[in-house]
This record gives sequence, C-alpha cells and structure tokens, in this order.
Amino acid sequence: MNELSSFWSGWVIVLTLGSVFGSYWLLASVRKGHKPSNTEKVETTGHVYDGIEELDNPLPRWWYWKFVILVVFSLVYLALYPGLGNFKGLLGWTQINQYEREVAKAEQEFGPIFAKYASTDIETLSQDDQAMRLGQRLYSNNCAICHGSAATGGYGFPNLTDNDWLYGGAAHEIKTTILDGRVAAMPAWGASLGENGIHKVAQYVMDLSGQATDTSVLDEGKQLFTTNCVACHGQDGKGNKLFGAPNLTDNIWLYGGTEQNIKQTLRNGRAGQMPAWKEILGEDKVHIVSAYVYSLSNQE
Amino acid sequence: MSSTFDHPTYNYSVVRAFTIMTVVWGIIGMGLGVLIASQLVFPEIFAGIEYLHFGRLRPLHTNAVIFGFGGCALFATSFFVVQRTTQARLFSDTLASFVFWGWQAVLVSAAITLPLGYTQVKEYAELEWPIDILITLVWVAYAVVFFGTIMQRKMQHIYVANWFYGAFIVTVAVLHIFNSLSVPVSTLKSYSVYSGAVDAMVQWWYGHNAVGFFLTAGFLGMMYYFVPKQTGRPVFSYRLSIVHFWALISLYIWAGPHHLHYTALPEWTQSVGMIMSLILLAPSWGGMINGVMTLSGAWHKLRTDPILRFLVVSLSFYGMSTFEGPMMAIKTVNALSHYTDWTIGHVHAGALGWVAMVSIGAVYHMLPVVFGRKMGEMYSVRLINIHFWLATIGTVLYIASMWVNGIMQGLMWRAFNNDGSLTYSFVESVDASVPGWGVRAIGGGLFLAGMILMAVNSYLTIRASKQQNAELVGTTQAA
Repeated sequence: MNELSSFWSGWVIVLTLGSVFGSYWLLASVRKGHKPSNTEKVETTGHVYDGIEELDNPLPRWWYWKFVILVVFSLVYLALYPGLGNFKGLLGWTQINQYEREVAKAEQEFGPIFAKYASTDIETLSQDDQAMRLGQRLYSNNCAICHGSAATGGYGFPNLTDNDWLYGGAAHEIKTTILDGRVAAMPAWGASLGENGIHKVAQYVMDLSGQATDTSVLDEGKQLFTTNCVACHGQDGKGNKLFGAPNLTDNIWLYGGTEQNIKQTLRNGRAGQMPAWKEILGEDKVHIVSAYVYSLSNQE
Repeated sequence: MSSTFDHPTYNYSVVRAFTIMTVVWGIIGMGLGVLIASQLVFPEIFAGIEYLHFGRLRPLHTNAVIFGFGGCALFATSFFVVQRTTQARLFSDTLASFVFWGWQAVLVSAAITLPLGYTQVKEYAELEWPIDILITLVWVAYAVVFFGTIMQRKMQHIYVANWFYGAFIVTVAVLHIFNSLSVPVSTLKSYSVYSGAVDAMVQWWYGHNAVGFFLTAGFLGMMYYFVPKQTGRPVFSYRLSIVHFWALISLYIWAGPHHLHYTALPEWTQSVGMIMSLILLAPSWGGMINGVMTLSGAWHKLRTDPILRFLVVSLSFYGMSTFEGPMMAIKTVNALSHYTDWTIGHVHAGALGWVAMVSIGAVYHMLPVVFGRKMGEMYSVRLINIHFWLATIGTVLYIASMWVNGIMQGLMWRAFNNDGSLTYSFVESVDASVPGWGVRAIGGGLFLAGMILMAVNSYLTIRASKQQNAELVGTTQAA
C-alpha cells in the first residue's frame, strides 16, 4: 500500500477532524443560550421577504441529540478503522485482509469437499453423479459466462459438447487447457495477400467443407493456401492440435462460416484466449471441472 | 414570450420561458425514462437501431431530467425567488436571456450528440468538451445575474432561499469545471486529464455533489420560498436554517467516496466518505423539519390545497431518501446494495419524490403569477389533484419495486451452496428482476401521465390568462 507523505497525511487529518468538530461547534454555538419557556410566544427575526417571516424556534431537542450521536459514532469509527491519513485504525482492518480472511475460511470449510476427488481419474470421475453436481456448479459460476450455460459456446467461444477439439479432447488435454489456459493466434493476412488474395484463399477454405461460391479461383486459392496456411492448418486443412489451429474441413466455425466471416478472419486475424484457472480455482477444483467438461461430450 | 404580462419591476419573461421549458423537458426526460424502463422488460423493441440503444438513451434520460427538467426548474424559480425576496429586478435582462437560450442550446446538443454516441463516459457529465464550454459560459452568466441581483437587494439581510441557490451556483461551477477537464483530440472527442482511481474519485466527487448541490441545495432554496409562501406561515426556525445550511454544504462535498466502497480507492478515503455521509443525515433532516414544521397551524390547508400537498409530500420523500442514503453509505449495507436496483430506487425516491414533486408544486404556484394571475391560480385544481395522486402512486410503485429487486439481487449474488459455489448465475438474477422492472415501468408511466396533465393544465391556464388580459385591455380602451 502506498503511504501518504506526512504532510498530506496531516492535511487529511486536520481537514477531516476540522469538518467533524466544526459541525459540532456550529451546532453547539447556535443552540447555546436559547431556551424559551413554553408559555412565551416565539418571536420572529423581524426580517420579511416577499411577505415571508422567520420564527426563531429553538433546535428540536431530538434532532440535536441525533446530530451529536452521529458525530460521536463517526469519531469512534475513525479511531477503529483507517480514515485519518496514515493512521491504520485500532482494529488493523483493511479490505484486503477482510477478503483474505473470508477466502481462508472458505478454503478450510469447502476445500476437503473437492480434495477428496483429487486422486480419482477424470474418466471415472465423469461418471460420478455427486462429483458432476459439483462440477456443474463450478462450470456455471466460472465458465458459463463465455461458453454458455448449456456449454454450446458462442461467437469466439468453442462449443464444449460437440467432440470437436482445438487442443484435444482427451481427459489430460482438457485439464491442461483449463489449468494453464491457451493463447491462440491467427495472423492477419490482409496486408500480405491483398483483397484479391483473401478472396481466393477464402474460396479454397470454403471449398474444403464444400461451400465455395466462386469455383474459378480455387486453383489459385489452393496455391496460396499451400504457401501460407499449411504450416498450421496442415496440407489437408485438418488443423493441428499443437497450435490449436482449427480443422477447416468440418464445417464447424469458431468465428462464423459465412464468406464474410471467413474473409474477416483472414484479413484481420484472430486472437483467442482461454484464461488459466490454476491460480483462480486451484488444482482440486480444476480436476473436477475438467471431468465435467469431459462428461459433456462423452455421455453414456 | 408575450410582453402583455410584463411586471413593472421584475423580469418575468425569463421566468415564464424557463417555467414552460421545465414542463417540456420534464415530459421529454421522463418519457425517455419510461422508454428505457420498457426496454429492460422488452429488450428487443429497438433491436438493431444503435441510436435507440439503452446505453445511449439512458444518459440522455438522466441529462434531460436533471439538466432539462431540474435545471429549468432551478433557473425559473431562482430568478423568480431572487427578484421577489430582494425586491430588485434581475441584474441584466440580456444576460438572463443568454442564460435561457444558452441552456436550451446545451440541452438540444445533448439530445443530438448522446444518441449519436458522443460521450465522455462520465456519469451525469457525458457531454463532450465543446458543450462543456458552453455550459461554463452559461453558468458564469447565471452567477453574474444571480449575485448581481443579490447585490441590488432593497434590504440588509439575504433570505435563506438565496443562500441555498447561491451555494448551488458556486459549487456546481467548481464541480463542472474540474470534473470536465480533458484534452480534446477532435471536435467531438476528448480524454479526461485524470486516470485510474483518481479519475473515479473526481467523477464521484462530481457525481455525488451533482446530487448534493444541483438536486438538493438548489431545491432546498426552492422549498424555502414556496413552502412558507403557499402555506402563508412563517419559516419554523431561523437558527435551524443556519445550522443545517452550513453543515449541509460543508459535509456534502466529502460524500463522493461512498460510491467507491471496496474498490481500488484508498481505504482512508472510503472511511472518510462514509462518516461524512452518515453525519449528513442530521443537516438533511434539519431542512425537512424546517419545511414540515412551517406548516404547523396550517395543516388543515392540506385537505383543500393539492399544491401544498405536492410540497409536503416532497419533503417527506426528501426525509426518507436522506435517511436511506446515509444508511446505504455504511460499508456493510453498501456491500449488499451496491450495483443493485436498490441504488436506482434510492435515486428515484429523491428524483421523483423530492426533486420533481417540489418543482411541480413550485411551478403550480409560480406559473399563474408570472402570467398575471394570483399565486397558485391554475386553470383546474381538479387536474392538479389528479396529477398529485398519479405522481405519488407512480413514485411509490417505482421505489417499492426497486427495493424488492435490489435486495433480491444482492441476496442472490451472495447466496452460496454448501460446497461454496454460488447458488445463482448472474443471468438468473436478471431473469428474476423482470417482474420488478415491469412494475417500475408502470410507476414511471403514471408519473409521466401526471406530467402530461400538467402540460395541459399549464396550457389552459396561459390561454385563460391571455383572454383575461385581452378583455382587460379592451375594457380600458373602451373606457
């Protein structure tokens, strides 16, 4: 945490206490020496503005005490909690240590529930109803925001139910993806291929799943594909799990399969990112959620 | 504006113009509110039309109600009140009319640029830098007219209403200038000079004091004139005015950090913001007490006078929301209420219940006066009465539905299963909120319906005044 310099710390303390005590001083000095008896009629101040007069009633007693109680509460609060410049407060409370305490408590309470599955292998775990209930909750809390609550994915987010895997669908591959995350990079070809080249390659890529609309350029497209794309997507266009390079022949599209979508992907490239969950969830939970994801495409 | 209603001493023409625009912007701003409230229930109504997207209309709604409706009400009443309580004409008619046209230009620019997507993305300070400069010019002219008029007052003392208007004018100038400091990169694009937690703090220093000074101090000024005037009773306590005025303005300026609890803002700042917000409960209630107790000896008038009812109910909502606010500023409560609909409900308890109701009461009192009739002499008292009930029921529906939604969302977000996972996904809390949003839209619709009745009643009043005036002129000429 950054400390304030002693000047600014003093500045904060003086202004804060000055405002709190100043409010009290104002209250007390206006109230002082003013206790009209109940029988006397309250006088006006004598000023008249557009026919409006002002009575000089005393401050309501309950309101005065409410003000005092709020001031006292605030001073106590400032003594207990950080507030007066660099003074940490008598309780030593910070929002970070409050968070850490709560996380530690949760770890202690819930940790064992997940730990007991750590030694069961993923394939077996995916058949265990109780573990899968845990997995499903972990999934909806953490994964559903991108992959959808039905795990069918969306634009830019892979479908986890269809047995088409960018980085492999074996149990250990799924777990590696979740633990360490993945970073995919499709380069942008717009500058080097030109709009004409983009058109030709796009037609060839579409032809791989039988959707070409302009067959006259397929040969030239294939040429360009062989020179530029096979390094990642392979000679046959079936992709490479080492790089997460998608299979282009199966008509499953991460960023859409229309001519326009494909051209945009070619022109500007894509940068997919799966976050690493090791630090966020811990190994035990990742193990269970991996089993859950595995179960989605390996139903009985 | 027709000159037939000109007052021998006072400049009423600028008051008339602002009074009419109060009603006009009220209908526009609240109409937008009902529209975006409906978008939450039926998200697909304008699907695909970017100009009508919730994200673009929502800032237009807030700008139109705060600066259009609220702003025009403040200009109209402050110009009216400062003249009547100093017995002096406005310092400069030319500047006053510049304030009117300049402010309308600001509002029209907002209505054009916000749907087009030009924004500084600071809440309640979205308008881009050229409009910010125009606001500054208008505001300086406003300050010159207001304080110039005070200087020419015919008595020694300055009435309490003018203290509040004065504090509002000075503080809003400072807030606007410092929060809007930015580096322009093109005609309609700029970047704030602040960044990170500092930017957030400056924004909420501005944001909460837009509430504290624009929507509270200014409207307390309004209250201090129209409540005693409409009841015909003296203000309850001069010394209470003194304490609550000075305490209110010195504490409000600290309250901003309660919008940033449990964030990257340093902890001392959060704590200081919290305790100042808490103490603020006392001076806020000081204003409510002074207003409500002014009625002592005149309570029976509530039975027959719907204008007075608007004013008194506005004070009740003021008291309620200034109790709720300090409670929500407490960290433990804030941890539940923050980011939920509760906040929106709280804002509207103040905005509809307090700000709008006191303005409506003031307009019903003032509009007949500036059109040459007796105070409060609107065309139809019955319509005012219907308006009162529409506004009250609308506000209650709005606030109650947002309380239910807000507390429900807060509880859903913090509900845990016995394995420590969250019980509900976010979208489940969104689904559960839809019925409350429906009730809110209905509440807002009722409030808007009341405003439309107000427009009709105002039109009929002005028409009747013109006829009366023409007859009067005719009789004098015949004689």
